[in-house]
Amino acid sequence: MLEHAKTSIVLGLETPGGEVVPSSYYLVLSAVLFGLGVIAFVFKRNILTIFMSIELMLNAVNLAFVTFSRALGQLQGQVFVFFVIVVAAAEAAVGLAIVILIHRNRGTLNVERVDSLKD
Amino acid sequence: MPVLTYLWIIPLLPLAGAAANGIFGQRWSKSVVTSVALSSTTLAFLAALEVVREFLALSPDQIPWTKSYFTWISAGGFRADFALQVDQLTVIMLLVVTGVGWLIHIYSSGYMHDDPGYRRFFSYLNLFMFFMLVLVLAANYLLMFVGWEGVGLCSYLLIGFFFLKQSATNAGNKAFWVNRIGDFGFILGVLLIFRTFGSLDFASVLPRAATMPAEPAGQWGVLTTIALLLFVGAAGKSAQLPLYVWLPDAMEGPTPVSALIHAATMVTAGVYMVVRSHAIFLNAPAAMQLVAIVGCLTAFFAATIGLVQTDIKKVLAYSTVSQLGYMFLACGVGAFGAGIFHLMTHAFFKGLLFLAAGSVIHAMGGEQDMRKMGGLRKKIPVTFWTMFMATLAIAGAPGFSGFFSKDEILNEARQVSPVLWALGLLTAGLTSFYMFRLLFLTFFGKQRYDEHKVHVHESPKSMLVPLVVLAILAVGGGWMAAPQLWGGVNYFQHFLAPVLSSASDTAATATESTLGGSEIVQALLGAPVIAGLLGFLLAWWLYIRSPTTPENISASLSAPYKLLSGKYFIDELYAAMIVRPLVWISENILWHVVDEGVIDGAVNGVAHVSRESGDRLRHATSGNVRSYAAWIVLGALVFTSVLLWMVD
Repeated sequence: MLEHAKTSIVLGLETPGGEVVPSSYYLVLSAVLFGLGVIAFVFKRNILTIFMSIELMLNAVNLAFVTFSRALGQLQGQVFVFFVIVVAAAEAAVGLAIVILIHRNRGTLNVERVDSLKD
Repeated sequence: MPVLTYLWIIPLLPLAGAAANGIFGQRWSKSVVTSVALSSTTLAFLAALEVVREFLALSPDQIPWTKSYFTWISAGGFRADFALQVDQLTVIMLLVVTGVGWLIHIYSSGYMHDDPGYRRFFSYLNLFMFFMLVLVLAANYLLMFVGWEGVGLCSYLLIGFFFLKQSATNAGNKAFWVNRIGDFGFILGVLLIFRTFGSLDFASVLPRAATMPAEPAGQWGVLTTIALLLFVGAAGKSAQLPLYVWLPDAMEGPTPVSALIHAATMVTAGVYMVVRSHAIFLNAPAAMQLVAIVGCLTAFFAATIGLVQTDIKKVLAYSTVSQLGYMFLACGVGAFGAGIFHLMTHAFFKGLLFLAAGSVIHAMGGEQDMRKMGGLRKKIPVTFWTMFMATLAIAGAPGFSGFFSKDEILNEARQVSPVLWALGLLTAGLTSFYMFRLLFLTFFGKQRYDEHKVHVHESPKSMLVPLVVLAILAVGGGWMAAPQLWGGVNYFQHFLAPVLSSASDTAATATESTLGGSEIVQALLGAPVIAGLLGFLLAWWLYIRSPTTPENISASLSAPYKLLSGKYFIDELYAAMIVRPLVWISENILWHVVDEGVIDGAVNGVAHVSRESGDRLRHATSGNVRSYAAWIVLGALVFTSVLLWMVD
């Protein structure tokens, strides 16, 4: 089982056309997307942009989950993806509401100026 | 056998009285408080009488009668039960404690009548009865220790009863601290008993100690160690050299307390404990010698101090120390029965002396200085006559209780060592002298108080009745031993004999020689009487015949007089050698170095470190979401790289 899983990861996933795309491609793509999300999160100032970078990170993780699920032939990864999508939707609803409130109260979307937590 | 089965009821009655008065007494009237306190002790006394009646009906193989009520401590191999025991020794102690205690309770209801702390006083006094009864009824050393500590606590509470008086609280503290030294020895002894015998029950320890080989005088064995440790405890509780210093100060307490706790019962607990453990002591001759020597020296030493005291209660206090010395002398020479006999007669006559002294103080409106009394004989006749009886008893006048017990002790001491006997005899003379000095100064001669200021009056009935009852006991309490004089049976010794069976060897030899040389005995029985008579004559000469002589003597012999009236400056010596160094160490090392430096330093140091580090780390909480995110990323990177590095 473990042996099979290892070979699958190394061998990659078979497309409907019969070509084999190595799993590592998907994982690298996932890591790149995640890294971009992190960088955007840390360096951007606009709350909306930060929000989008969070979504990007979540979906990067989703991609990794799906990849492993497919490579290992197990369903758990895909179940997790659904969970993440659900949570992300909820988070978007709550988060956007917060963003709107911040904009109304402060007239800005710059996170540098939303730092009253430390007081 | 109802009460023998429910022995716990005897100590529980005074405890209930103490609890009721202590908790609810505040709302009760004085008469309710009195009836609660008196009925609890009366019932305890009646229960004790019933126990004795049932006990006498037991067959010899049922004695000691032991009743275990529940397991108190059970840990590994250690087991201590809440178990009570009755044997002949317990019976005597039980009767003395409940009987004398009961009389003193009645007396107190009159003596303390106008005191604002009336309820508190009876609550403490009942509590004392409870602990004292636990002490004498206990069937193992640990339960005995509970009673032992409890009576110490009550002693402390009652010495410091007038807690607004600085000297009273000081005296209470002194009693408590000095007793700590003794109690430390006792508990070490108890632990060593458990280590040696694997049990603390009298029923298993003492027979085994009796069968162990006696340790020769030069050899320091385990039994000797146990005996010495127990004796340290006894010396603390029973005010023997060098731990006697607390007892004279304990006179700060109300006079009934002095009578009950510091004369009749608690201070004799040490003697009881030694007699109870006589099987251990008998096989440790070195310890026995020490007990005899310490007892004899204490008797003599305290008697000499008593010669020159002017406070009526102080004279009696030193007299108590001296008489306790006699009891230990008896134990030390193997005459445990005589020790208990003297304990009993002493409880009668010394309890009476204190109560009578209380009556005198009451009559004088609180005056305790004998130099300001005099000529009271006609004014308070009942007090005078009862006190006179007690004085005759303690001085060993033939036919009175003290005569039998003291002669027995001296007789036994003579067979062991002539030196101890001679010193004891000298002490008997001194005892007679200081007691008659007290009597003459108080009741005879010219009145030395201002009649307009002091309204001398006889005490109320509640105080006089106990005096009369105790006077009867002080006179007749020794007659059980009387047949011995004409070669008959000493009923007291005969009664105690089963308990002291392991001491029977010594006792047997003693009786043999007593019977063998009856002429010598008759002659020597006369010696203490003659000593007492000489003491009486000297006191009569000095304080009745020529009252100016004492002053001349004290003036011409100023150095010895100062030594005696300064109580050999033992208190000052202890203060210089022990108290002040301890205070210095406590203040300069324990307080300023250990407490302020180490303990406060550690606590404040921890607080300081956490505050400083918190102050530094506070800056990490910038409130900026992106910096938090950066920290998370950094943490995740570090974590991941560590994981990867570990996998490799």
